[in-house]
Amino acid sequence: MLKIVDLHHRYNFKEVLKGINVEIKRGEVFVLIGPTGAGKTTLLRIIDQLEYPTSGRVYFDGKEILTSPGLRLKIRRRMAMVFQKPVVFNATVFDNVAYPLKVRGYRRKDILRKVGKMLEMVELKGYEKRNARKLSGGEIQRIALAQAVISDPQVLLLDEPTANLDPLSIDLIEKLILDFNKKQGATIVMATHDMSQGERLADRMGVLMEGKLIQVGSPREIFYNPKNVQVAQFTTRNNILKGVVSQNENGITYVDVEGKIIEGVSSFQAGERVYVCIKPEDITLSLSKSRTSARNLFPARINLMSFSGPLVEVELRCPFPLLALITRRSAEEMQLRVGQKVYASFKATAVHIIG
Amino acid sequence: MGELWIALLKAFELILKRDPEVMQITLRSLRIAATSTCIASLVCIPVGGLIHFYSFPGKRILINIIQTLYSLPTVCVGLLVFVLFSRSGPFGGLGILFTPTAIVIGEVILITPILLGLTLSALSGVNISIRDNALSLGATEFQAIWTVIREARFSVVAAVIMGFGRAISEVGSAIMIGGNIKGFTRVLTTAISLEIQRGELEFALALGIILILLSLVVNIIMNMIQQR
Repeated sequence: MLKIVDLHHRYNFKEVLKGINVEIKRGEVFVLIGPTGAGKTTLLRIIDQLEYPTSGRVYFDGKEILTSPGLRLKIRRRMAMVFQKPVVFNATVFDNVAYPLKVRGYRRKDILRKVGKMLEMVELKGYEKRNARKLSGGEIQRIALAQAVISDPQVLLLDEPTANLDPLSIDLIEKLILDFNKKQGATIVMATHDMSQGERLADRMGVLMEGKLIQVGSPREIFYNPKNVQVAQFTTRNNILKGVVSQNENGITYVDVEGKIIEGVSSFQAGERVYVCIKPEDITLSLSKSRTSARNLFPARINLMSFSGPLVEVELRCPFPLLALITRRSAEEMQLRVGQKVYASFKATAVHIIG
Repeated sequence: MGELWIALLKAFELILKRDPEVMQITLRSLRIAATSTCIASLVCIPVGGLIHFYSFPGKRILINIIQTLYSLPTVCVGLLVFVLFSRSGPFGGLGILFTPTAIVIGEVILITPILLGLTLSALSGVNISIRDNALSLGATEFQAIWTVIREARFSVVAAVIMGFGRAISEVGSAIMIGGNIKGFTRVLTTAISLEIQRGELEFALALGIILILLSLVVNIIMNMIQQR
């Protein structure tokens, strides 16, 4: 549906996009994740033709979009974008939502019907005559989404569509996005820095950091097999430990981390400097050494415990630092407290080693 | 104070009696000022949009020149139009000197910088994302520019009111290029100036009051348009 080839973009001598290559398939939800300033907005704006790239090509349905003005308009009318800080026109809610249809020359009868249906969908029925500028942030975001969706675009571009919204508004907007994707088969490209949102919505994700698309893959691949330490640091609350491979035996890699040996699965050879990533939820705590088949077992001392809902984050010293995520129930059953000695264990397959 | 009071009464008397000469002069003033404002608005608002949205070399200098011309002396405009349209001038053949058309040309030149400059500042007050939003929602470049102008409608209408105000109160060039010909190019301002010279102070004051009332009515109408 969308193909981006060797795209570079500069702002005042600063390169903000560095050789982006990616293909986005028809009907998929593609989530761009990356820290603020990584270039996500710029990439979306270039796809939407609001900016010309310094170099590179963008194809829509096999056609290059940066050629003639006529083709640009035609393709732009098959896409729509919702901005991070949406602006609505200083007009009524009805006129705002009707705008994309008016500029396309729809008949009044069709406009009335479509706008009515759309306002019902975004739960703003009865707001037709109100001035859009006077509504709340969540309501304005829904108007922006209604504006974008009303012309049935084939590609919907969303730039942080739920930043600064309350949880209820976020739920509603996510539901609308997924509905639009499933029912209309629209392709969605969404930028977000909210990992969990990416994981909830994405078919595939792209990690954009400092203008480079570092990794593209399913959310599982991104979260469990981060390509490098930056991706690992950004995508989840990983335990990331520096170490040196001391030995590799039949695929089992022994990594020396602060004098302790952690076993994992990789093809790194002895002497190589690596990072060991372990997800906090893959770590099991027990009060005694017994009954574990995990290859990695370390005595540890609890440094800090922080409760959040049904879960507890436990900071350990093994002596290397380790963060474990366990349920509140098991923490209570074991009567865990700060300063206590416990055993932390995790499987070799839960250890992801990157260079 | 007594003179002003008498003049006020006289003005109302002239209006109520529909004094033919006063009516004629008033309508002519209105027609000339409105025509000039319409022509200048039709040119300046879209051109202002183009200047605002497109980058080109010398844009900053152009805007500075436009702003400098806000205070263009009316006699200079009168002189320019006079030279251009006098018999020996390049457009002398058109024979429009000392006609209402010549006054319209002069007033258009006079109010163009004001309308253009104020349109530019009105547009720069609109959130930059409005245009992006319009384009992204499928507007053509022209539709997007029009959308931004609509967003700035309060300030744009204010610019038009300013332009009209300058046009209807203009006297210097109207005398030079209109000639103050009775029944043909005599407008409220030139008539006032003439009546003062003739010592008809009451009549001049009455015309002055009509001029102010006219501006007031136009302002009210424009304000109503603004509120829509």
